[in-house]
Amino acid sequence: MKENGFFVDAFRRFRRHKLAMIGGIFLLILSIVAIFAPQIAPYDPNKMDVLNMEASPSAEHLLGTDVIGRDVLSRIIFASRISLFVGLITALVSTVLGTTLGAVAGYFGGIVDSIIMRLADIFLSFPMLPIAIVIVAVLGPGTSNVVLIAALLSWPGLARIVRGQYLTLREQDFSQAARAIGVSPMRIAFRHLLPNAMAPVIVWATLNVAQVIILEAALSFLGLGVQIPTATWGNMLTSAQSIRIIEEFPWIWIPPGIMILLTVLSINLLGDGMRDALDPSLKR
Amino acid sequence: MITYIVKRVVMIIPILLGISVVIFFVANSMPGDVIDIMVNPTVGKTQMELRRAELGLDQPIYVRYWQWLSRAVRGDLGYSLVSREPVNKLIGLRIPNTVRLMGVGLLLSLLFSIPAGVISAVKKYSLIDYAFTIGAFAGISVPTFFFGLSLIYIFSVRLGWLPTGGMRSFRNQGSEVWDAIRHLILPSLTLGMFYMAQFTRYVRSTLIEVLRQPYVDTARAKGVAEWKVILRHAGRNAMIPVITLLGLRLPFVFGGAVLVETVFAWPGMGRLLVSSVYERDSGTLVGITLMLGLLVVLSNLLVDLIYVVVDPRIRYAD
Repeated sequence: MKENGFFVDAFRRFRRHKLAMIGGIFLLILSIVAIFAPQIAPYDPNKMDVLNMEASPSAEHLLGTDVIGRDVLSRIIFASRISLFVGLITALVSTVLGTTLGAVAGYFGGIVDSIIMRLADIFLSFPMLPIAIVIVAVLGPGTSNVVLIAALLSWPGLARIVRGQYLTLREQDFSQAARAIGVSPMRIAFRHLLPNAMAPVIVWATLNVAQVIILEAALSFLGLGVQIPTATWGNMLTSAQSIRIIEEFPWIWIPPGIMILLTVLSINLLGDGMRDALDPSLKR
Repeated sequence: MITYIVKRVVMIIPILLGISVVIFFVANSMPGDVIDIMVNPTVGKTQMELRRAELGLDQPIYVRYWQWLSRAVRGDLGYSLVSREPVNKLIGLRIPNTVRLMGVGLLLSLLFSIPAGVISAVKKYSLIDYAFTIGAFAGISVPTFFFGLSLIYIFSVRLGWLPTGGMRSFRNQGSEVWDAIRHLILPSLTLGMFYMAQFTRYVRSTLIEVLRQPYVDTARAKGVAEWKVILRHAGRNAMIPVITLLGLRLPFVFGGAVLVETVFAWPGMGRLLVSSVYERDSGTLVGITLMLGLLVVLSNLLVDLIYVVVDPRIRYAD
């Protein structure tokens, strides 16, 4: 391996953690904004100001108004609630699902393992967005369906990771000892082994929030996710499918797009920092 | 070897059959059907039932599946209930467009990511490596559709260099090929961007891994020029995992194409998929999803076969 000077290594650690820190601080501020949205937002996000449709940014409307005269800034602030909520809830559901199935597959092996992992393989070989679109066609669009679909489609990645962890963990001395004194398999799998497999789970869950936010934004952009009048960053961009909006009213679509970018980037940086901090063996 | 390939190809049939069952039953449990859109609701319930019977929609679902399957194996995917055209024709017209978009997008991402990944790996922890790393982070964090819209805003609206969408101009005086290329630049860049970022990281980490192998040291000790060591000795082995990733990513590129085609009004399969959902056109939806299933299965097969060719260490038992 190439030898590095002390300062190069120090710079590297510094840079990594600093970027992760910036990401974390951004997310903290965003969460505060989301929680206190009604207090912070200058206008009701759904109130139409018919005298000020498609108004450019001004002192009155800091980011202008959209095609039917709603305040863009207020909509962005309220939309952060939906994006974060969908991201967090989905990540929670898919993490519980993925950890449980991965643990069961890895600990018990045999036919259960084969079934779960084949299922995971099938899920993993299909791209998320088109499959999500097909499921939306059946279930219909809407916030709760986006959560359901995203959770259903994202657990297999985690299940595979957790299974891998369990394959080595279950052979280790402490788990053999637990078996020897007659601890029940379920208890070993979830009380003894699970804490030892948590590091990659936490990293995965963090990065999954970013993935889900992107999926939600994409579906909402296509008009197949969260439905209007509820504002999300994704559906605020829907109107930019018309070239007139792109050209003449950039304040309608650029700010929500930048919010998606910054949020997802922050989560990715945070997740990467956590990977380094929690699990040095995963370092790329 | 031949037996392995034959086995592998035959295996596709039950998989595709399974996929088709799932897709057909899922698509046909879509709420409401095409009658709700096609028939004026004021004509009354009996009229609607008549139309339904006419289109065979009143049959039980397993009967419809069997009818659909027996025609599908002969290459007939039925009719789109909305445009009343054969699904074959609808999809057939659009496949080349999507293939063109995906092909050029992937080509661009490889042309960028292989050199960038190699430079990053060879000069790891240098300034340029950091620049690529941060660029890659940004690249995987930008939503595809927002990136596409931004490119349109900058290069089409503000600078006026490139068209805003579509595949060709209506009134084009210049050369056909140049016109097609101009329409391809922004969409393929948008589609390729995510993979530029992802492949760069991947090429970097695999090459770093390979450069640690003892045979690389041997080659250096023998006095082989450094660039030759990197490109010829290490590069070849580093390419195996890259090819795998590329093959397995093919269906995922289609996922990106759905968004790119929507943003750039590109007449491909992705846009057809979205519109078939809007229009509750289950015939078209089933057809496209089946094509996607085929793409997944074939790209997996392709990866397995390429493996055998590029890596002589792999020998499949017959």
